[in-house]
Amino acid sequence: MKKRTGVFVCHCGINIAGTVDVKKVTEELSKHPGVVHSEDYIYMCSDPGQNLIIDAIKEKNLDKVVVACCSPTLHETTFRNTIKSAGLNTFQCEIANIREQCSWVHKDMEKATEKAIKISKSTVERVLRNESLDPISIPVTRRALVIGGGIAGIQSALDLANSDFEVVLVERSPSIGGHMIQLSETFPTLDCSQCILTPKMVEVSKHPNIKLMTFSEVQEISGYIGNFKVKILKKPTYVDPDKCTLCDECTKVCPVVVPNEFDLGLTGRRAIYIPFPQAIPATYILDINSCPGLLPIACGKCADVCEPNAIDFDMKPEIIEEEVGAIIVASGYDQYDKELMAEYGYGKYPDVLDGLQFERLLSASGPTMGKILRPSDHKEPKEVVFIQCVGSRDPELHCEYCSKICCMYTAKHAMLYKHHVHDGQAYVFYIDIRSGGKGYEEFVQRAVEEDGVLYLRGKVSKVFEDKEKLKVWGIDTLIGKDIEIDADMVVLAMATRPSNGAEELARKLKIALDKDGFLAEAHPKLRPVESVTSGMFLAGAAQAPKDIPEAVAQASGAAAKAISILCQERLYHAPTVANVNINLCTGCGMCVDVCPYDALSLKNGKAEVNEVLCEGCGTCSATCLRAAIQVKNITPLQVHEMINACLGG
Amino acid sequence: MTDEFEPRIVAFLCKWCSSAGSDLAGVSRMEYPSNVLPITVMCSGSVSPLYIFSAFNKGADGVLVSGCHPGDCHYLKGNYYARRRIALVKKLLEFIGLEPQRFQMSWVSAAEGKKYTQVIKDFVKEIKPLGPQTKLRRNQ
Repeated sequence: MKKRTGVFVCHCGINIAGTVDVKKVTEELSKHPGVVHSEDYIYMCSDPGQNLIIDAIKEKNLDKVVVACCSPTLHETTFRNTIKSAGLNTFQCEIANIREQCSWVHKDMEKATEKAIKISKSTVERVLRNESLDPISIPVTRRALVIGGGIAGIQSALDLANSDFEVVLVERSPSIGGHMIQLSETFPTLDCSQCILTPKMVEVSKHPNIKLMTFSEVQEISGYIGNFKVKILKKPTYVDPDKCTLCDECTKVCPVVVPNEFDLGLTGRRAIYIPFPQAIPATYILDINSCPGLLPIACGKCADVCEPNAIDFDMKPEIIEEEVGAIIVASGYDQYDKELMAEYGYGKYPDVLDGLQFERLLSASGPTMGKILRPSDHKEPKEVVFIQCVGSRDPELHCEYCSKICCMYTAKHAMLYKHHVHDGQAYVFYIDIRSGGKGYEEFVQRAVEEDGVLYLRGKVSKVFEDKEKLKVWGIDTLIGKDIEIDADMVVLAMATRPSNGAEELARKLKIALDKDGFLAEAHPKLRPVESVTSGMFLAGAAQAPKDIPEAVAQASGAAAKAISILCQERLYHAPTVANVNINLCTGCGMCVDVCPYDALSLKNGKAEVNEVLCEGCGTCSATCLRAAIQVKNITPLQVHEMINACLGG
Repeated sequence: MTDEFEPRIVAFLCKWCSSAGSDLAGVSRMEYPSNVLPITVMCSGSVSPLYIFSAFNKGADGVLVSGCHPGDCHYLKGNYYARRRIALVKKLLEFIGLEPQRFQMSWVSAAEGKKYTQVIKDFVKEIKPLGPQTKLRRNQ
């Protein structure tokens, strides 16, 4: 086999040539075994520079190319395409990084030149042993899975469906809508949350491309980008949605009353119920945990009065398997556990509420039909204290991060409270006001100026009951004084945290979590909607606390990313994957155990690589005691020869 | 060239974090000693103990393995394997009498150009007083 390597040394103007003697590098490399051609040029990446390479390949019959230039992250693709146009396989080109890792970080020309020579020689040693490879082609299942039916999941599903791709939308609760459907008005425009969300929910339910699976959970995921296999557990609702006519006769006879989750316990519901009037799918469901018994003998009153016979006590959980090409995770958020904030008396005093409960009080469809009344005595509160950063920005005890949405919704709460109770007074305890966003700062100012909301900079140390009032002890750090307020109601802006079960879901999907438990994006700036696992995308507050416009924007971004996969007939995967020498493999299985992608298995006592799953990390190769498994084009032999060249042969 | 001893260090950098971090050091024009010869590998988890022995055999005065921070591995958990493996290699090298300073591991993210510079500076400074590595060197 001929080995005719060409080395091309770029000056990059003076970026490289200023510190590295490029002529000397060119000359030294020309003497290196296997190199038959070397030359330098001022800008290799320019058209004339690339043409030099093409001409040299043709004239000197080169079969391998090293370009000594900038980082491979910049022009590796450029030069690989250059040699491709001259008829060589793209993997016969390697980049020697003599700019970022050499000329830019050293000043001594002699030493930098010496280092550049070594880097270039080691790259030649590598390319000499490179195999020609072709990308691995895989077919694409042109459907998507969206996990989570809040606003982010709804938006992603609609974008995908309207682009003519089939979508499976999985939501674990009985209705889609997420937290947004619980909200009263939205900042900064005071749009009614339900009024702007329900049209989208209806569109989801009617869309021919959307398969909606509520009260369902993703149980297992296997496969890879373009071809995932998903097992979904469909929990029984014991009511046939096709037969249920929403007549509401069942709830009239149900003897059970339990706290209503939708109103966060401010009201009660029956064991058979509809989560809220606009629920999608529009059907009642039977809560098995509070129903006295599925045996009709135990109760069965609902089934007796159900005219259309929609109630089916024998309904069983089902496992449904779906195949999809891309996955969007929009698992949302939950409020921080209020039980961990004992100093504010949540749970002990009925008039200490969290942010979402106050949303329900404000909501026109809420337990009080939009009237602000104290849960304890149904009187109108005249003094209301809003406490921000409850659990947020508290690295010692609670969450380190800023929950981002609370400054704005607290301003909204205080403003709406004033709109309902004109003679009332709203106090807000805050650390800082973070109102970055279109129209947000103006909104906070409106609360202060038009509605007379009193902002007090400082934290609250304690809330306790004192003669039918809630005594709030705090501090105003701007005037350096203790503050004591006799409040009628206290509203806590609880920290936002990843939704319950997000960790388990991430484990199933094999996507990473960040230090706070939110789903980790692939790159904080340049790949904000991608997860680290290819083919899986993130949307909404599952990735970080965010408000509605941001969640919607990210959801559309995630959908666009998913579409960029689904619109292709076939996908291509880097062919630099692990390769087993079955003559050396003893079938010990150590590589199988360490593979982060489950790409290895034992077949007939030998390790076998699933080339589509393999990402080429090489963990297997470092584990193998007999060097029987190696990653193509970065084999142990190549590394040893590179070490040799680096240390001067 | 001065007569001062200039150690030769081989640095195995993972492609996604440490190599990108060293690129950032370059982009930011942060100067560091030229003693380090970078070899970019896919993952710190792919650095076989044999690579480390091979480098010492071939006359390296120091070897650095640098990867993503624990928990941030591009390949999910490669650097955890690297961490364990390298702890063993370090013990072994100490057992056979090599100065422990000659073999190090660091965590350098793609955003930590400055840290990479510091790691190299400190490493070179620590090795210089030790003189050339002869313990494992062949063909001396």
